[in-house]
Amino acid sequence: MRRIISILMENEPGALSRVIGLFSQRGYNIETLTVAPTEDQTLSRLTLTTIGDDRTIERITKHLNKLIEVVKLVDLTEGAHIERELMLIKVKATGAQRAEVKRSVDIFRGQIVDVTSTVYTVQLAGASDKLDAFIGAIGETQVLEVVRSGVSGIARGEKVLSI
Amino acid sequence: MEKLSGAEMIVRALQDEGVEYLFGYPGGAVLHIYDAIFQQDKVHHILVRHEQAATHAADGYARATGKPGVVLVTSGPGATNAVTGIATAYMDSIPMVVISGQVRSDWIGDDAFQETDMVGISRPIVKHSFMVRDQSEIPEMMRKAFHIATTGRPGPVLIDIPKDKTAPNVKVPYEYPKKVKMRSYTPVTRGHAGQIRKAVEELLKARRPVIYAGGGVISGEASDLLTTLARKLGYPVTNTLMGLGCYPATDKQFVGMLGMHGTYEANMVMHNSDLILAVGARFDDRATNDTSKYCPGATIVHIDVDPATISKNVRADVPIVGPVQQVLEDMITMLDEHGGQPDQKALARWWEEINGWREVHGLRYEVNKDGPMKPQQVVQALYKATKGDAYVTSDVGQHQMFAAQYYHFDKPRRWINSGGLGTMGFGLPAAMGVQLAFPDAMVACVTGEGSIQMNIQELSTCLQYNLPVKIVNINNQALGMVRQWQDMQYGGRHSHSYMDSLPDFVRLAESYGHVGIRVDHIEDLDAAMEKAFSLKDRLVFLDVYVDPSEHVYPMHIADGAMRDMWLSKTERT
Repeated sequence: MRRIISILMENEPGALSRVIGLFSQRGYNIETLTVAPTEDQTLSRLTLTTIGDDRTIERITKHLNKLIEVVKLVDLTEGAHIERELMLIKVKATGAQRAEVKRSVDIFRGQIVDVTSTVYTVQLAGASDKLDAFIGAIGETQVLEVVRSGVSGIARGEKVLSI
Repeated sequence: MEKLSGAEMIVRALQDEGVEYLFGYPGGAVLHIYDAIFQQDKVHHILVRHEQAATHAADGYARATGKPGVVLVTSGPGATNAVTGIATAYMDSIPMVVISGQVRSDWIGDDAFQETDMVGISRPIVKHSFMVRDQSEIPEMMRKAFHIATTGRPGPVLIDIPKDKTAPNVKVPYEYPKKVKMRSYTPVTRGHAGQIRKAVEELLKARRPVIYAGGGVISGEASDLLTTLARKLGYPVTNTLMGLGCYPATDKQFVGMLGMHGTYEANMVMHNSDLILAVGARFDDRATNDTSKYCPGATIVHIDVDPATISKNVRADVPIVGPVQQVLEDMITMLDEHGGQPDQKALARWWEEINGWREVHGLRYEVNKDGPMKPQQVVQALYKATKGDAYVTSDVGQHQMFAAQYYHFDKPRRWINSGGLGTMGFGLPAAMGVQLAFPDAMVACVTGEGSIQMNIQELSTCLQYNLPVKIVNINNQALGMVRQWQDMQYGGRHSHSYMDSLPDFVRLAESYGHVGIRVDHIEDLDAAMEKAFSLKDRLVFLDVYVDPSEHVYPMHIADGAMRDMWLSKTERT
């Protein structure tokens, strides 16, 4: 099962490599990874998605918690949450395709952020499956380049991950 | 405030931590630190002959005393040589602080002479690591390193320090922090009372109980409490390889070591139990055999300070995360308050069954009167000569298992071996650390001709510091455990498990300035042991030639349950 694990950790050199090292060392997969400092500059928020059964996820979270620099973590998929991923995608936009792409962008509530006579650069945010669906709608042959940020997530309601 | 250089701060911090011995080897990147060591006399530096030995010696010191072992090595090869010893300590949860030199900070990343990314290399085998970026960080970093290494589940911590951060001309204020505050590191200090209560109920309900105790009982200083609890309940106790000595081996409730080479009765007790109280043990693959067939009728209560250990290999029914000492204390109190007793009738029947297994007794070997000596006899002779009161270090292989089976440890911290990593070459340097900690104690290194040659150079260190270790070299002229597996699983094809050209160990020991004694016949064994231990201030190298064809039994049958064992070359369960 796909899980979103969100980690609050010390914003120190080497901390990120410890998290990543743990996954490779113990044979777990990372599907996506995103990390940046929080409003408190001494802390970083790292979100990763991984796939595993309950037992594997339990092991992953226990081992992550053992890392000295990890302050707190939460498995967002355990409760209601919001997940977002940002995609920048360059698509061919010539002839009849040009209008078709534009329509798809509107339907998916994306934005065209750059234009040439043959190419649209589209910005799209949403859950990962929405981004997948957009690529499907455009058709892979039309896609020139894709950049995805990886998943960020936050719990719904009043629950917060903070110290 | 007093101002010190980075190098002086490191040495001063070691003094402030009460460090007696520092095991190390100098080199370019740590010369400033060595100069600071020279100018004081509180921390005694022990010069080894190879950095791996420095880590094992510090490790042996730590296992015997409970205090952290401290190591100093230079950058590059000095640091990489220490890797095996750090990994050994990590696998067995041994508190250790390793200070490694690094090239000057403005050269890092330039492939400078003797540069290696030690923080990177050591990442998977340390509890934590630090890189010094500024001199002023050193006091706090040192304090944190010792704190992390010794609290919670102990383990090695590395401090990598670039040479320019130790320069004698840059002095900054030094004050050693009294307390450590780390928001991201708060090891659990109490087990959950509700869980402990539940465990007590399970314990009293049990009809076929067993206490399975591991190295965590020793590192958690809970041997006395475990013994009290076990005697109160009257339940059988088994130990892991790492736990030997945490419960007195000569006690009638002790059923021996369990696992791959555990006793028949210990493995049978485990398999047939209805309740396992696991204390500071981690259900290692060498202790469980196939986990899918593991102890089918047992409810498992698991006490461990490390939450990641609980339900890692075998799911616990009653998990208790907490320091073993406090949890056992509470458990005993609750047991007393509860006032209940185990079902004495059921327990008597259980012991009857256990005693039946004991009669089958897996710990036995055949002696051929005119044939070669058996390795087991050598361990038994050592036990006799030392009256069971020695510190015994070992290397890895058959001799290690024979020592674990036949030397009966009644006290914790007496059996010192590389259980998790299985590091050949561990025994002699570890014995040095033990002997330094306890200069008047009997310290024996049970080894084999394969393992001893992995750190034989330390005979030189032993002479320099007058360490009268007794080396018991169980010489079967083969890598015995490899050979045993080749006999059992590879049609007896002894691929590269024979030592083709052995040195004359007696003359080798003599050339290092020690005493060497060769023993070929069983009649000479006791006298040789007596002589070795009567030479109180000399290192004695006993080179004992034994039967190369002997196997270690019992032995778990691979992919079987706890009860599936070979009992000899021809009999199995």
